[in-house]
Amino acid sequence: MAENNQNKTPDTGHEWDGIRELTNPPPRWWNIAFIMSFVWLVAYIIIYPSIPLVNDYTKGVMGWSALQEYKDAVAKNDAVRAPYIAKLEKMSAEEILGDQEMKNFADSYTKALFGDRCASCHGSNGQGVDDMFPVLNDDDWLYGGTLQDITDTIADGRLGFMSAFQGQLDEAELGQLADFVLNVSSGKATQAGWDAYNNAGCSGCHAEDATGNKWVGAPNLTDSIWRFGGSRDEVLHTIKFGVNQDGVEGTRSGVMPGFSEVLSANDIKLLTVRVWSLGGGQTE
Amino acid sequence: MAEQDKKTKSAGDIGDIYEEVHVVNVGGETIHAKRVSGRFRRYKDLVWVFWFSYLILPFLRIGGEQVVLFDIPARQFHFFGATIYPQDIWMLTFALILLAMMLFGITAIAGRIFCGFFCFQTVWTDWFVWIEEKIEGSPLQRRKLDKAPWNSEKITKRGIKYAIWSLISLVTGISFAAYFMDSYELLEDLVTFDAHIAAWVTLLSFFLGTFILAGFMREQVCFWLCPYARIQSVMVDRDSIIPSYDIPRGEPRGRLKKGVDNEQKGDCVDCNQCVAVCPTGVDIRQSALQEGCIMCGLCVDACDKVMEKIDKPKGLIRYASDNEIQGQVQPPLMRRPRVLIYLAISLASILAIVFGLASIPPLEMHVVHERQPLYVKMSDGSIQNSYTIKILNKLPEPLDVKVTVNGVEGANIIGLPDILTLQSAKVIPYTIRIRAKQDDMAAERVPVYFKVEALNDPTINEEHESFFAGPAR
Repeated sequence: MAENNQNKTPDTGHEWDGIRELTNPPPRWWNIAFIMSFVWLVAYIIIYPSIPLVNDYTKGVMGWSALQEYKDAVAKNDAVRAPYIAKLEKMSAEEILGDQEMKNFADSYTKALFGDRCASCHGSNGQGVDDMFPVLNDDDWLYGGTLQDITDTIADGRLGFMSAFQGQLDEAELGQLADFVLNVSSGKATQAGWDAYNNAGCSGCHAEDATGNKWVGAPNLTDSIWRFGGSRDEVLHTIKFGVNQDGVEGTRSGVMPGFSEVLSANDIKLLTVRVWSLGGGQTE
Repeated sequence: MAEQDKKTKSAGDIGDIYEEVHVVNVGGETIHAKRVSGRFRRYKDLVWVFWFSYLILPFLRIGGEQVVLFDIPARQFHFFGATIYPQDIWMLTFALILLAMMLFGITAIAGRIFCGFFCFQTVWTDWFVWIEEKIEGSPLQRRKLDKAPWNSEKITKRGIKYAIWSLISLVTGISFAAYFMDSYELLEDLVTFDAHIAAWVTLLSFFLGTFILAGFMREQVCFWLCPYARIQSVMVDRDSIIPSYDIPRGEPRGRLKKGVDNEQKGDCVDCNQCVAVCPTGVDIRQSALQEGCIMCGLCVDACDKVMEKIDKPKGLIRYASDNEIQGQVQPPLMRRPRVLIYLAISLASILAIVFGLASIPPLEMHVVHERQPLYVKMSDGSIQNSYTIKILNKLPEPLDVKVTVNGVEGANIIGLPDILTLQSAKVIPYTIRIRAKQDDMAAERVPVYFKVEALNDPTINEEHESFFAGPAR
């Protein structure tokens, strides 16, 4: 190129290693784009917020702001949800469960609520934490699995209670009880075991047939679900140190806080629907 | 002489690059081509019919249904009675491959004839120039008008021309937008200034695009804006038939003179008709394969006319391959690997599309296994898995179906009504559960098969595989 242009096109006098800088104008399309970008700039400054001032900034003639756009989008979303939410408020938990479309809406609505209030212990989908926090999507309920039971649990909370038997019974008797609990779950309990169970006073809470009592939250011992672990060591530990025993080192903790002061009755109702339908909801 | 002008004008310009090879008009002057009748002109006019149908198509209805409607908000494509859902959009891949292969194949066979005859840029430009000629007159008159001061005559002529161009651009934009929504509703919205912002933006961009690209930029779009024009050059080989000037026959060129021995001269009488009719300003005699040439064959028409007059055989400029001009044998079409490969891929794509269209399932089911927890142990020791199930009914009317599952002994579905009524084109996800005894599971994780079946017609069914998980063993 340099050779082609020799003595043809005037240059700026700059030359590096035989490469001359010519005075050719930039291409027309480039000039147009250059001018257009200035037009764009001016228009942008007029229309949109752009120049920072000391305590403020220029607002632009359209009054647009990112925050306002966000708020509008939220308001638009709320407007779509409003009729559903209003409808949900009027429906009972049973009615919501009977209407798949409303139930799906309630599920989406309570997803964040469940995540905020419940998931930290019970897991994001109610899967619980092994041996520490109860699973919500099985069909085993400490305090009952009907809609009313679940509502009560969420609203008022629950406090587990089991006496510590360390000291009241000797090692052999404690071991016998642990074996009984394991055997009764797999249906192989012996008469001696039943006697030890009744003599220790376990049947007072766990019922004479060991199926538990939802009024005090005593778990069913005959099923295959374990609240604090199903190995012999864990079972023995639970019997020894009890649940929520003041001043007992190593006692099990079983506390569910109440949410009636934090959540509206409607939110509790919708959470009840969610928990009930996680997998094991019971009818009256 | 025109060549001389260009050379001096384009000194130090981008035209320099092409100086050595042949002259290329890089937009320095407006090309006013002569319009001649002939065989290839007729072919071009026939293509107009196709593009007119593009303008009309969205406004046609069959039985109250818009014939072609790409309903993006509702995620449904209506195409001559068939409704295509996003789930079936994989066919689009093959449609695009087919179109690409057809373009490649036709280019290998006959060069850029897509550009010359079919491309909307060429066709719209053709319309615009046709209107220009009707209003402003012959190329000579148009060139004069370009140079004329802005007197009342020029203002009137240009005004009318721009008005008609605008009208075509407007119709182009409206027709395009009408493919994406109810076309008559769109017209009503536009007239009442009530249309959606997307419709206005589409309309404005198509209006400006058509007006500027077809009205002013014309062949420059093909020259430096269109990628296909450049890509296609590599698909042409020595066997591709492209508009070519028969050099051995034509040269040495020269005007016929009376009383002089014309025997020494070639058949080209240097009448420059081929240059005058070229819409892109190419002199085909310089070389067959040129950047500017869109291979529209108008120079062939022009040359044939002249040859007829001077009583020489037609075809001094004709569609011919490089090999043919050089006097070599042209291999038959089906012996050329490129043609065969393009053809094979095209046929495969057609088969895929036909198969796809013929087998669009009326029901579509998706089953997603709950990820956390994978399974739940129930109080009686059995294992329960949760799934989210979504069934789409693509039929126009509601459908009663039942869903069954097999794969695990004694497993049945909990949480789904026995008879499920699916509304048309509406998906409601259901959370369902399956419970089974751990002893009935052959492994820690076993496959299960969900099947949805219409109650009144068992041939309408769809299967979906998922899995059933249990505790580690």
